[in-house]
Amino acid sequence: MSEPFSGSGLELAARVIELVRDVAGRGCEAEVNVRHEAEALTRFANSAIHQNVASASTGVRLRLHTDGRTAGGSTTLTSADGLRTLVERTLAAARVSPADRSWPGLAPPAALRLSPGHPGSDEWSGFPYGFDEATARADPAERAGRVRDFVDAAGGLETAGYCRTLSVAAAFANTAGQAVEGRTTEAAMDGIARADGADGVARLAAGRLADLDGAVLGARAAAKARAARNPVELPPGEYEVVLEPDAVSDLLENLAVFGFDGRAHHQQQSFAELGKGQFDPSVTIVDEPLGGRDDPAADLPFDDEGTPRRTLVLVREGVTTAVTHDRASAARAGAESTGHASPVSRSWGPHAKHVRLEAAPVSGHDPSAGGAEQIAGSARPLVARMRRGLLVTDLWYTRVLDPKTLVITGLTRNGVWLVEDGEVTAPVSNLRFTQSYPQALGPGRVLGIGSSTVLLPERWGRSRYAAPALHLAAWNVTGNASG
Amino acid sequence: MSHFDEAGAAVQAALDAGARYADARVMVRRTEAMSARDGDVEDLSFDESAGLGVRALVGSSWGFYAVPDLSGPSARAAGERAARIAAASALVRGPATELTPARPVTASWAADYVIDPLGVPLSDKGDLLVRATAAARAAGADVAEANYAIWDTRKWFASSEGHRIDQHIRECGAGVTAIAIGDGEVQRRSWPSHRGQFGTRGWELVEELDLVGNAPRMAEEARALLTAPLCPSGETTLVLGGEQLALQIHESVGHAIELDRILGWEAAFAGTSWLDLSRLGSLRYGSELMNITIDPTFPGALGSFGFDDEGTPAAKRHAVRDGVWVGVLAGRDSAAVAGLDYAGSVRSDGWSRLPMVRMTNVGLEPGPHTLDEIIAATGDGVFMDVNRSWSIDDRRLNFQFGCEIGYEIKNGRLGRMLRNPTYTGIGPRFWQSMDMLSHETVAWGTPNCGKGQPGQIGHTGHPAAPARFTNVRVGVRA
Repeated sequence: MSEPFSGSGLELAARVIELVRDVAGRGCEAEVNVRHEAEALTRFANSAIHQNVASASTGVRLRLHTDGRTAGGSTTLTSADGLRTLVERTLAAARVSPADRSWPGLAPPAALRLSPGHPGSDEWSGFPYGFDEATARADPAERAGRVRDFVDAAGGLETAGYCRTLSVAAAFANTAGQAVEGRTTEAAMDGIARADGADGVARLAAGRLADLDGAVLGARAAAKARAARNPVELPPGEYEVVLEPDAVSDLLENLAVFGFDGRAHHQQQSFAELGKGQFDPSVTIVDEPLGGRDDPAADLPFDDEGTPRRTLVLVREGVTTAVTHDRASAARAGAESTGHASPVSRSWGPHAKHVRLEAAPVSGHDPSAGGAEQIAGSARPLVARMRRGLLVTDLWYTRVLDPKTLVITGLTRNGVWLVEDGEVTAPVSNLRFTQSYPQALGPGRVLGIGSSTVLLPERWGRSRYAAPALHLAAWNVTGNASG
Repeated sequence: MSHFDEAGAAVQAALDAGARYADARVMVRRTEAMSARDGDVEDLSFDESAGLGVRALVGSSWGFYAVPDLSGPSARAAGERAARIAAASALVRGPATELTPARPVTASWAADYVIDPLGVPLSDKGDLLVRATAAARAAGADVAEANYAIWDTRKWFASSEGHRIDQHIRECGAGVTAIAIGDGEVQRRSWPSHRGQFGTRGWELVEELDLVGNAPRMAEEARALLTAPLCPSGETTLVLGGEQLALQIHESVGHAIELDRILGWEAAFAGTSWLDLSRLGSLRYGSELMNITIDPTFPGALGSFGFDDEGTPAAKRHAVRDGVWVGVLAGRDSAAVAGLDYAGSVRSDGWSRLPMVRMTNVGLEPGPHTLDEIIAATGDGVFMDVNRSWSIDDRRLNFQFGCEIGYEIKNGRLGRMLRNPTYTGIGPRFWQSMDMLSHETVAWGTPNCGKGQPGQIGHTGHPAAPARFTNVRVGVRA
């Protein structure tokens, strides 16, 4: 077997473009993604590390369009033989596949936009662009140390969760002349503490492992778990709620995937109507792949088609202003790509993955339900204003019943409390809800938004959400622990 | 071409670095997938992924490292790295880790097939999807989608106990969906399942589905659903089709009997289980009609293999017998913790992922009835089939499912079509209410079972047949 390619990502991408020209001729359109990932994840359960994994991989993804036909392919074999096989196999597939009438063409050469954190950008926030050398080089002992801190801070409660680091270096080139590269790091920690069958959670995403403090997170999870013991059961019905940032991130994820997907919007399968006031005027939702003033860049500065990524305002003061597109969905909709191409966006739709719900301005005189340490900071003033309702930490297993109205069913998890006259009065057992998300955020339905956001990792994939707490007038509870 | 040398080198390097047990998997997977929409091919991709993953046990701690480079030096470096990672795990050490005893096996296994799916011309496969979606559009669908996927996986497994096992598993499947868009809602009908039918079989599986022939009916039903009456709300007798029952088994039995969940190893993410090991062998899970087996030997089902990813030979075993919980899905380390003497349900999603407890084929043994007999015996109820949504709590108790289509049952006959049918319940209460079960079993494949961190996608099979349940709450809505 010949040796793996040893040059840079951009050199590797250029090598594949050369091979395409060599094998298919200059009339063939091609785009190449090279992605090197080093991922490490230290997982703990029953207060001990039980799974501890790391991997390093380089993948090359190629898409060809020739004689009106398109095919894609990828390989982890970067030797000369492996790359030539990739090109020949993909070309052979393109030549016998049915005609592609929706080919949108390649991304033209375009300069990358600078992250707000990048030196030289208009608003230098002081955050590095998105790559932290120390995080990229973090060893298992550094992750294990944070796990130990989490476990110790839980004060003897049973704990479970993970600490992970991810380093990505990627390059893109196409036959239209676009050639770009970038790199990013991410760190995240997500854990629960358990007390007499009650769970409490704490999770946080960051651009640097150094910004994750296992002790702080472990103490927060433990406080929630202790306060959630001996829950009462409440009957189904409509409840006023304060959703903590973890729960709000689920709203942002589902809105991004099913609401702001430009392909679904074009097919009229989404609730989104551009220019219409579909949300409460207090709601502004932004996709920030390049980070913001408060956060390092969450992702690479270009998408899988080489389109430069940028900040995209999806909802401004309650009015839906944009949906997300890759080149294919944009061509169908008569729009422009917003830089949301992914390896699966042609089949599953282009989705925003770095969504922020803007926090409310700090008023300086918010009442506060202080003292209850299980309440997230940004939720305390909201809880203090709630006469009777539920404080919800987290949502779980949410699934769409109807994509057009975005009616979703799911459950609460990791702590629910009854709030009366601004005070937490009792823990509540988990509840099932069936609720239209856009309706819950509709005009007049948002009673308050927290004044700070928390950066949260998606539980399953690699999306990231910046969420404040949210006070909603009504949430439709359709079941409880008894059914 | 064998990769036992590289796997063996990784294992030896881990032992040299201090591991008391190590195993390694070289995996080469080729994936071909195509999707079509409204008469046009939308995406076609060929992916090839090759690499080696090595797992090392140092003291009582595991470490895992994976690399895409299959050279000997790289394999040895990976083995050393896995042992170093395991050593770091000892900073937050758990109880002693043991493995259930296993005889070293040298073997070779391959899934049976009639037509090699990678050998079917791409133009034929593309034509099939184009024709299916065009047929659905012509019959009234606003959007028609079709897809197929093929996975061709070769594995070479070596362990420090002497295992040398190679396997070649071919999987494929396909499906078509018709979508009708009305004022304020979307209806969909899928054939034969909500994301297609998949198995460890050749392209003959796809040919048997007759996507083109069934696509027009899907379109007609999707459009009819837009004006059908809503599924009524309340408690009633529920008859489920086999496809929906397969997912019911997956979610409310398959995940609940995963031993790693029962032991708390998945507590922070996937969750735990309502099952308590102290009641294994005595807990009533369902009615006496409920016989659930764990059977990776089921021919052609999506969760079939010769050996799991710890080298344990495939074997059939009961999880629930006559309604009583009697078995779990286990791996060698989790079984040792639980004091059990069997494993065999550990799998990894590719070379870069840690092997973990996964479903294989978890399904219902056939019952004594037919669907026609079940409906004829039902005076008043609802029939639902083909999953549309699924949600269940982190202990696998409180579930709510939505189906694509429903029908009222009146006086032993199917009546009006019902839209947005949903049902909800608590697992053991629901299974104890099963009073009729068909023998018309189909091994439904689920190619998208998510678990683990980093995330892994599992392929599972679920033999299931239509069944009847009493006093079920239906028609839950916002």
